[in-house]
Amino acid sequence: MAVLVDKDTKLVVQGITGHEGTYHSKAMIDFGTKVVAGTSPGKGGEKVNDIPVFESVAEAMENEGANTSCIFVPAPFCKDAALEAIDAGIGTIVIITEHLPVLDAIHLVAVARSRGVTVIGPNCPGIASPGKAKVGILPNNIFKQGNIGVVSKSGTLTYEIVNAITEHKLGQSTCVGIGGDRISGMSFIDVLERFQNDRQTKQIVLVGEIGGTAEEEAAEFIKKNVNKPVVAYIAGRTAPPGKRMGHAGAIIARGRGTAESKIKALEAAGVKVAKIPTDVPELLR
Amino acid sequence: MKLFEYKAKEILKKHGIPVPEGFVVSRPDEIRSISGPVMVKAQVLIGGRGKAGGIKPAETVEQARKVASGIIGMNIRGYIAKEVLVERRLDVAKELYLGITIDRSRRSLVIMASQDGGMDIESVPENRILIEPIDPLIGYSPYIGRKVAAFVGVKKEQASQVANICQRMCELVMTEDAELAEINPLVITKDGKVAAGDAKVTIDSDALFRHREYDSLAEDLTPLEEKAKKLDIAFVQLEGNIGVIANGAGLTMATLDSINMFGGKAGVFLDLGGTDDPEKVKDAMMLMLEAKPKVVLINIFGGITKCDTVAKGVLKAIEGQERRFPIVARMNGVNEDIARGMLKGAGMIPASGLSEAAELASEESLKVV
Repeated sequence: MAVLVDKDTKLVVQGITGHEGTYHSKAMIDFGTKVVAGTSPGKGGEKVNDIPVFESVAEAMENEGANTSCIFVPAPFCKDAALEAIDAGIGTIVIITEHLPVLDAIHLVAVARSRGVTVIGPNCPGIASPGKAKVGILPNNIFKQGNIGVVSKSGTLTYEIVNAITEHKLGQSTCVGIGGDRISGMSFIDVLERFQNDRQTKQIVLVGEIGGTAEEEAAEFIKKNVNKPVVAYIAGRTAPPGKRMGHAGAIIARGRGTAESKIKALEAAGVKVAKIPTDVPELLR
Repeated sequence: MKLFEYKAKEILKKHGIPVPEGFVVSRPDEIRSISGPVMVKAQVLIGGRGKAGGIKPAETVEQARKVASGIIGMNIRGYIAKEVLVERRLDVAKELYLGITIDRSRRSLVIMASQDGGMDIESVPENRILIEPIDPLIGYSPYIGRKVAAFVGVKKEQASQVANICQRMCELVMTEDAELAEINPLVITKDGKVAAGDAKVTIDSDALFRHREYDSLAEDLTPLEEKAKKLDIAFVQLEGNIGVIANGAGLTMATLDSINMFGGKAGVFLDLGGTDDPEKVKDAMMLMLEAKPKVVLINIFGGITKCDTVAKGVLKAIEGQERRFPIVARMNGVNEDIARGMLKGAGMIPASGLSEAAELASEESLKVV
């Protein structure tokens, strides 16, 4: 059993003919993902890495049985791509695209939720279940099959931590990057719930960052609903207020969203919080 | 992208929200005539202008010029007032608060309203603030405005004006791609009119591609931050003396935190993001050099951004320059071996992991102080 993606995942890559789409569709195949189709308006009938390219998601579903989508299209066209996938009946959509206007994100996430569609992202690295499948851009070589579930707002910081876990001879059940934007499809809570219910996952690592209150809400959820051990790291302990630290969401505004508040909430929920990312593996038992 | 008050009010006016008549000047002698009592207001992107002496009344042109000359050039909590807004003074009977912003947890826009306007909304007790989400699938509908007007408890004649302003604010947010629109105070005048006393509008910088009209607007950035923006590099100047270059916002923040653990202090946050272009890395490194750090720490977890790409860019930037500061480099991931070889040849201090890199950089930074 895995969370969100597994051997039954049949992936369509939206924007497969672009640089990123082409590169990562190959990397996903190498990881073991069944990449069955790509889309690129105007380029239907072509092939990329031997994957058939279609004009629309609906055609990709009809011809190749796609059930999951990974979106690489540029921000101005991203909302349209996601709505197309939702309307076509795709069940899980991973949005890699960054710099999506926040109102577009609000709209597409609301539509997805009303249709019962799972959206991960935008601006996220995706999902990887070692030994099963990967949907996204996470590097293949850092993973090792195991029983630690990782959920994170970050990209490269997630790789850093996953890598450290692997170097400590531990492995991952599933790693989900939910993205660092203000509006995300899946929240920490959505993923924590799945890890709690996933038999393969024995321990959980949560990687948060300053800004918003998602970590505090996650802490509240952990206290009530999670009995598996959780280790966390919160990035931005030393970030000054009022300065946006790269991610749209990573800003301490009006005294809210500080690392202290998040760490305090998590510790009160029994979570072990690492001071620096490389301490995470040592806190796992 | 935060807009100055005068610009925000122009946008409010465009969307049919009443604002006091006014004009903006950068020199006192540009004030030629005023129609009655005015307020002269420093245009800076920071709160607390009034307390800092950045907002003053005037009754005549002469007075207005005099207070304007006192305000223009004023340093308000680090921000220089380059312009003043001269606007008709409102005859205030009551001050309300009205704002629209993004609620991350609800994943929607929310309207915030209170009868306690004129002060920081953070200091208003929760039970005196209405938080009304706008369901993205329903959108704005007049019942929301009626609810807001009822909550703030105004007379019938003003209730319809408040509801109307509420609707127009929502239209503004949605058509201008604003991530924040705030009227504080929303003034009820003694003659029963409702108008925006002050206004804040922040445009979502990710939506600027469909709002080219905002391209020319200046942001309040340091000169180096301005350059970084043009290069599409996340660059933030901080208090310390270690310049940090990493790829990815989370990793860059984590690098800052790790330095702090070992007693060092970061002076620059530079997130390369995902790039496979050595020229961009070179530009980023040049920018870093301009910030004059005492130590540079490069921390790359290679993926989209390959380690050798970064190494190439860094070497190009420092080539031919007399370097007086140490560079600690940690490279992990795609093409790390090639990159390590290149950087070692250039006399950089190699580090194998994040904590080792942070420790080395902190040690070096403490040496130079």
